Amino acid sequence: MITTEKNTKPESLEAVVIRFVGDSGDGMQLTGTQFSDTSAMFGNDIATFPNYPAEIRAPQGSLYGVSGFQVHIGSIEISTPGEDLDLLVCMNPAALKTNLSALKAGHTIIIDTDSFTKKNLEKAMYASNPLEDGSLNNYRVIEVAMTSLTKEALKDLEGLDNKSITRSKNMFALGMVYWMYDRDMNHTLDFFNKKFINKPIIAEANSKVLKTGFYFAETLELIPNSYSISPSKMPKGTYRIINGNQATAWGFLAAAEKSGLELFLGSYPITPASDILHELVKHKHFGVKAFQAEDEIAGITSAIGASFAGDLAITTTSGPGLALKGEAVGLAMILELPLVVVNVQRGGPSTGLPTKTEQSDLLQALYGRNGESPLIVIAASTPADCFDWAYEAARLTLEHMTPVLLLTDGYIANGSEPWKIKTINDMPPITHKQINGGDSEKWNVYNRDAVTLAREWAIPGTAGFEHRVGGLEKDKTTGNVSYIPENHEYMTHIRAEKVERVQNSIPDLKSDFNDEGDLLVVGWGGTFGSLHSAVKKLTEEGLKVGHVHFNYINPFPKNTEAVFSKFKKIIVCELNSGQLASILRAKFTNIKFSQYNKVQGLPFGASELSQKFKTLIK
Amino acid sequence: MAETLKYTYKDFTSDQEVRWCPGCDDYVILRAMQKALPEMGVKKEDVVFISGIGCSSRFPYYIDSFGMHSIHGRAPAIASGVKLANPDLSVWVITGDGDSLAIGGNHFIHVLRRNLDLNIILFNNEIYGLTKGQFSPTSLIGQKTKTSPYGNTQPPFSPGELALGAQARFFARIGGNTPKEMTQLFIDAQKFKGTSLVEVLQNCPIFNDGCYAHITDKAVREDKQIHLEHDKPMIFGKERDKGLVLNGLKLEVVTIGENGITESDLLIHDAKEPDSTLHSMLVRLEYPVATGIIRAVEELTFEEREAAITQEVKTNSKFNSVDDLFFSGEIYEV
Repeated sequence: MITTEKNTKPESLEAVVIRFVGDSGDGMQLTGTQFSDTSAMFGNDIATFPNYPAEIRAPQGSLYGVSGFQVHIGSIEISTPGEDLDLLVCMNPAALKTNLSALKAGHTIIIDTDSFTKKNLEKAMYASNPLEDGSLNNYRVIEVAMTSLTKEALKDLEGLDNKSITRSKNMFALGMVYWMYDRDMNHTLDFFNKKFINKPIIAEANSKVLKTGFYFAETLELIPNSYSISPSKMPKGTYRIINGNQATAWGFLAAAEKSGLELFLGSYPITPASDILHELVKHKHFGVKAFQAEDEIAGITSAIGASFAGDLAITTTSGPGLALKGEAVGLAMILELPLVVVNVQRGGPSTGLPTKTEQSDLLQALYGRNGESPLIVIAASTPADCFDWAYEAARLTLEHMTPVLLLTDGYIANGSEPWKIKTINDMPPITHKQINGGDSEKWNVYNRDAVTLAREWAIPGTAGFEHRVGGLEKDKTTGNVSYIPENHEYMTHIRAEKVERVQNSIPDLKSDFNDEGDLLVVGWGGTFGSLHSAVKKLTEEGLKVGHVHFNYINPFPKNTEAVFSKFKKIIVCELNSGQLASILRAKFTNIKFSQYNKVQGLPFGASELSQKFKTLIK
Repeated sequence: MAETLKYTYKDFTSDQEVRWCPGCDDYVILRAMQKALPEMGVKKEDVVFISGIGCSSRFPYYIDSFGMHSIHGRAPAIASGVKLANPDLSVWVITGDGDSLAIGGNHFIHVLRRNLDLNIILFNNEIYGLTKGQFSPTSLIGQKTKTSPYGNTQPPFSPGELALGAQARFFARIGGNTPKEMTQLFIDAQKFKGTSLVEVLQNCPIFNDGCYAHITDKAVREDKQIHLEHDKPMIFGKERDKGLVLNGLKLEVVTIGENGITESDLLIHDAKEPDSTLHSMLVRLEYPVATGIIRAVEELTFEEREAAITQEVKTNSKFNSVDDLFFSGEIYEV
């Protein structure tokens, strides 16, 4: 085991990556959230990555029941939750077994030794105790009997059952980590007092254990020194920590307020999208109608009904749900009604990896419907910018009168980062197409805006504008059912053209770091942070690499080909087998695209990317 | 408001040519609806018809109001969205036995369970018409259809039983050839606060002709149907001499004047009784077939429950704008 001289002055670091791991009932998500919130409020830039099993309470001590929360904090710009760990906090043998490989050699593991029983070691498939057999010799191991110390700390507190006592041991670990990284405990102490306002004894127990852990670390000879990470140089302003699903929900709230429409969500619970529904059901004070439907299809079709009746209507789901909604998405498209469909992608196919991330629904988003039914497809790229992309999805659907499919993924949906709070005044205007009465004599359902081709939105209750819409093809002028061959072709083309013309209302594509050079790294959606970090590193090494990240996928920005043409080589990086790459090849036939793909349910690591990129430049 | 609404059936007739087969009961239903709508006291622009897929689902094209011909089975869910978005609208679902009881079965039971104030007209012809003659979830055992050439082996649903099982608050049934009674039922369905389901025994002259003839033919219908009216004795028959009594746990047909039975021995129909036991027995009855309003029990609608909570939340909320929300809770300065 590595030992170091005790040092009283905190050592200053630029950034650290910490992972808290334990059983799925050990409270690792809460522990991680508390640490990251505290660090953010201190002024660090942060990015988090919760990684948990699909089972709610997997058998205790099992390898597949391990739940983890990773946080990357820094005094510098942080754009991913990080890769190699500086600190691993392990609550049991299974957590050690499944996470040790991520820890940098020579770095620290904090272990609850009380959990290293024969039974738990067997469950974790350890033939011998790693604390005794020398297998941790390359690491700095801090062995703490956390469970017994927690029990000891709470022995005088009356009225606590055994379960509550053991459950607060995560706070012992958190207290130690707070001391190690020179953090203030007040945020977490306040949190307990608020959360357990009706159970003061639980608040007291957690507070006591947190402090005990903190002071234990302070006096412990085993911990050589503490570290400090200075506040980062983020733009001045008011911030809060936000995850992607919350940001998505809030983006729609802002869009509803800005457009003057009421927000309707039709949804059905599905991992990892349910948190958007959980968030929006809270906001009845804004008149939000969040309707938990009987199935995915009713989720979207109720939203189509609400849209017909004049609400800003959205539906939220993940891949399997999008598959079920396919026919109804086509209906919304042919009705030419505004509707946002949010797909928080997860590992597929079928039930796949429900709690893991992937980008494998891109082709489904673009083409997963019968007939020719193009949609506007856009993707968010970080937890906080889900706010902007949800808002943009609402703007586009309301202004262009055609459905928008917004792609996020489990990684950014559950990941969190600081969000510089926007106000309603900061947001661009939204001009919807509703008509409030007027002359209906010459009005027709398919009167179109000359520029955007959007039709007008006449809602029930508007006298004189009674009309019928439907899934059957309609005559281009009268809006009546039409089987005329040329009319169908015309309508098919005009619906596609309407989506194409969105190009006129979106900004140009920009390449970060370099706008010409040896290699262009292309990505879309939730991989932004990893690609950005990797390209940044190579640029700092003097390589001529650019990074283009697509948020607008259908249509692509107008200047896309021009941006591509400035680079000698292009690599398209995706968490799928090459879906964007195949579209780019079909669309830009003169350009050669190579690929880097990963389909493991995990995000890219910045170092695997930069290694790959270097091989292409040499 | 009512005096300004002097509509006739023509106001609800669109300029579209009706394209059902000659002799189809759908024409009767359409005209009954066009006659009922002016009597409901609702403004034309507030009327919304939502249909799924099937012969019946062309209906909205023929009514001059707001309408949507949607996708197979989903009309109840779409209509729910319309009603939640704007509870002031008069919302109608037009559906058939395949649309609502097969592909749309889930939405059908859940819309009834939630009890939104909307109206469902179920055109039950015990066959798939638009796809040309396959058996449906209400086709009879042994029925020969295009997909059951040797006779249907799938036992049928009784729409009324299914509806009551799903907690339907309003269920009515009517023969497809009795326009006057049908018109009145549509008006009653609109006036009822909650989800109203009207099952129309609709003859398909092409693929299932005569399937209800033994019940609905003019010559037999008074003897084979009992048209229920709330608070009135359960009496039927050409001679008005037949009636229903309860014998143990079963309904029994009796003849007035026989075995000392008088009209006062007959059951009195109580459509408003919350306990659905007797309503279920009436729904299941094969002779006579019960028509009219079998059940009509008002309670809070889904949108009323939602509105009450929303009002309470709004009253107690300190949020006027999303800005208030965004700057609430744990925020910090950099």
